[in-house]
Amino acid sequence: MIRLTNIEKRFGDLTVLKGVSVTVAEGRVTALIGPSGGGKSTLLRCINLLEIPTSGTVRIGEEELSFQPGGKPGWRDIQRLRGQTGMVFQNFQLFPHRTAVENVMEGLVTVQKWPAEKARDRAMALLRKVGMDHKADAWPATLSGGQQQRVAIARALAPSPRVLLCDEPTSALDPELSGEVVEVLGTLAAEGTTMVMATHDLRLASRIAHEVVFLDTGQVVESGPSHTLFTHPARERTQRFIATLTQQGQQGEGV
Amino acid sequence: MLHWLTLMADSLPSLLWAALVFTVPLTLASFALGLIVGLVAAVVRLFGPAPLAAIVRFYVWIIRGTPLLVQLFLIFYGLPSAGIVLDAFPAALIGFTLNVGAYTSEIIRAVIGSVPKGQWEAAYSIGMSWSQAMRRTILPQAARVAVPPLSNSFISLVKDTSLAAAITVPELFQAAQRIVATTYEPLILYVEAALIYLALSSVLSALQVRLEKRLNQYGGFLEAKS
Repeated sequence: MIRLTNIEKRFGDLTVLKGVSVTVAEGRVTALIGPSGGGKSTLLRCINLLEIPTSGTVRIGEEELSFQPGGKPGWRDIQRLRGQTGMVFQNFQLFPHRTAVENVMEGLVTVQKWPAEKARDRAMALLRKVGMDHKADAWPATLSGGQQQRVAIARALAPSPRVLLCDEPTSALDPELSGEVVEVLGTLAAEGTTMVMATHDLRLASRIAHEVVFLDTGQVVESGPSHTLFTHPARERTQRFIATLTQQGQQGEGV
Repeated sequence: MLHWLTLMADSLPSLLWAALVFTVPLTLASFALGLIVGLVAAVVRLFGPAPLAAIVRFYVWIIRGTPLLVQLFLIFYGLPSAGIVLDAFPAALIGFTLNVGAYTSEIIRAVIGSVPKGQWEAAYSIGMSWSQAMRRTILPQAARVAVPPLSNSFISLVKDTSLAAAITVPELFQAAQRIVATTYEPLILYVEAALIYLALSSVLSALQVRLEKRLNQYGGFLEAKS
């Protein structure tokens, strides 16, 4: 279980998150949706501490860390929490100087000190899972965006994280390429992978997410089961946002 | 004409010897040490505490703002007045190392900064520490960008070592001067010395091309036509 309690994040005078609390159950997929600047990416990055919350508590499984203004968490504490997570980025961020399979092996070999052969076996199994084993020895620069993102998903899964965090995983891809990424994430969701994703992609959110959290101006406006929230949003603000997403979806597909 | 060729041939062994024993070791040693100084200085500027970063900025300011020849004179002729007496070769080594360190620190700082922030985040996201991210993710990518400007520094250094002649290091240029003093043939001897410097820099340029090829294997970048 992941529990974020009262997360506040300030950048100077700007308060990006104003006391957000979200709980994600094991094996469930939660989508964070909302307008740009609403805080969904920041909230996601607070889970693996790429952003350190100004205050609040982050709990992942058995590991918990609280933050106070001015207090800086220790490196070990950050690692303890971050080790529970894997992350997929909007722009993939594969290591360009390593082949696909080396990208997936990197965390196992460098951080977890696995022997190279064992790490390669696991990396190949993960590449097979995302349908990229035939490109194991390719350089990232020679892969399409969708292929790079699938390798990035395998890399994030390599250390067996308790939760997979996805930051706009399809936003840099055209509808066709994003389709293959949605499919891979859908398979993972069906297997019971716990995921939290920040997304604009209605297709991704409606197809995969069990729960949806709608964030605007740093606050949770509404949350609930995805079907309910997409078809019968309670708040007027949510209705307006969903309407714009649907319109864009009809015009441009995928957004 | 024949006389010139004989003179060149006769002086070649002593010039090559001076290059081999002084110019080349001085270049290699001060570049290697200078790179270490430059890397440390760059990391301090980027990640270190503010007072240390200020010291590094001061160091770069002094070294870049004063002539290399003056720096060498200060170390070799000036420091003895402060009780620090150095032999010519170590004095030159220190001078060139400090010089290379200052210039390369700016190069290294720029290339480390040129690696996208997302690469740090990707490295952190799979659990890497700062030093693991630096070693495994950032420096290998920075190195690729650094090769052309660092090669500039390296090639400049080969030629700058001729300044060591002025503080009595018997390197290539000083060997040429000595032969001129006895033969009164400055044109021939200095052309010959220049050609040896040219040959040394050409070796480095060739190495640069090979290194760039090797570091470019993963693609995604423009490459020089030839």
